Amino acid sequence: MFNKILIANRGEIAVRILRACQELGIPAVTVYSEADVQAPHVLQAEESYLIGPPPVAQSYLNMHKILAVAKESGADAIHPGYGLLSENPEFVRACIQAGLTFIGPSPEAMVKMGEKTMARALMEKAGVPVVPGSEPLADLPEAQIAAETIGYPVMVKAAAGGGGIGMQVVNNPEELENAFQTCRSRAAAYFGNGSVYLEKFLEGPRHIELQILADHYGKTIHLNERECSIQRRHQKIIEEAPSPLLDEEMRRRMGEVAIRAAQAINYTNAGTVEFLVDKHRNFYFLEMNTRLQVEHPVTEMITGVDLVIAQIKIAAGEPLSINTLPPKGHSVECRICAEDPVTFFPAPGTIGDLELPSGPKLRIDCGVSAGYTVSPYYDPMVAKVITWGENRQQAIGAMVAALDKCKFNGIKTNIPVLKEILLHPRFREGAITTGFISENIVDSRKASLKK
Amino acid sequence: MKVVTANMAGVVLRLMVSPGEQITSGQDVVCLESMKMEVNVNAMESGKIKEVKVGIGDFVNEGDVLIVLE
Repeated sequence: MFNKILIANRGEIAVRILRACQELGIPAVTVYSEADVQAPHVLQAEESYLIGPPPVAQSYLNMHKILAVAKESGADAIHPGYGLLSENPEFVRACIQAGLTFIGPSPEAMVKMGEKTMARALMEKAGVPVVPGSEPLADLPEAQIAAETIGYPVMVKAAAGGGGIGMQVVNNPEELENAFQTCRSRAAAYFGNGSVYLEKFLEGPRHIELQILADHYGKTIHLNERECSIQRRHQKIIEEAPSPLLDEEMRRRMGEVAIRAAQAINYTNAGTVEFLVDKHRNFYFLEMNTRLQVEHPVTEMITGVDLVIAQIKIAAGEPLSINTLPPKGHSVECRICAEDPVTFFPAPGTIGDLELPSGPKLRIDCGVSAGYTVSPYYDPMVAKVITWGENRQQAIGAMVAALDKCKFNGIKTNIPVLKEILLHPRFREGAITTGFISENIVDSRKASLKK
Repeated sequence: MKVVTANMAGVVLRLMVSPGEQITSGQDVVCLESMKMEVNVNAMESGKIKEVKVGIGDFVNEGDVLIVLE
């Protein structure tokens, strides 16, 4: 086992990893920027080092500084948390070169999943379903044949594109010609390359992901799914496990595919295979996150497995001692963000009083404390509230009650929005898609504003 | 006095206008960045810019005056 672990992160996840180290009896060292002098991840650590000014490029992303702290403090392993340096293969290689163990996958596995088109090709080869699509298309007749093969509705996409530019939904053969030509000229104008291709358009998709653990001896297991369809601006804000959509049979199939995806790249440590699921319950590989996820606690709540401790043990060379466990009960997580609940704009500020409830089925992973200033430099998430219930309705009920008792005085938070979602009849029914917030929350607000 | 104020707390990322310029209501005038998100501030009224009170990199609070109109 390790002598000392350096935690190269901040906020609630740094506190979470610190707790795992304490439970294992491993000394831990944290790092902080000038904006985080009073942060819990600094105050709760026995050893902590200042690594630079507030902007992440000069502090939490400064590899050389972090490696220098590891050396100075005598750490022999680094846990990267999520975000920041966690999916940077260059950092992993630098750790290895410095004689440190990176608590995560190999840089090779990270690279394979990092480039999205390469990942898609690798997954297809491994027999993992990806969203059906065509090769780049030469002309309209070719596009017509491809669209018939894939089946309408389809999406015309620029081959060189990204960020949604040059994407158009086509519902029937009549719309194809116009969309094909428009997309080609746009692609040429924006990307200097008029090449376009087709992809199946998924209506009302859900985002469902599988948690993977893999040791260094060829054992790979999954720990069930998480439903993460409640998103705004492509950021998840409410997650749950298990998914209200899945039955045992579909869970088994998705689990097998996720394990196959991880094994195809010789994946080790904890990872998450993300899928889009359409309304016909077909699932397609989206991407693999080669790190710990923000929403990992819901998996811990329904399996009893401590994922951070599992990560540390795997990295230290221990074989996986657990097998796939069926979900027990239901867990929900809400991300508390410092943002305006009406405009959704970030709202940094200083926290006055902080009141957090506690209870036997409640867990709060918090990265702030009373008197702490939430700065504009970092992610707006300040805490995660996680509840457990014997079933979904109980877990949701416990969440509403918990959020009612959370008080982050002095800053604006998204708690009113979270409650609005939790109390929405469609959410209660489990009828959720990635469009839920824009369809049910944002649009209804616009309508009431007009009145 | 007609002014343009910050719609959120953040750091000034870009200034899209300069003193003497005529602006119209709804026009984007300043881009603020906070917590990895860029948000444009638009003018609520039309007018000629008398003074730009902030510079790139300045931290502003919600409601702070960014621009003064004549």
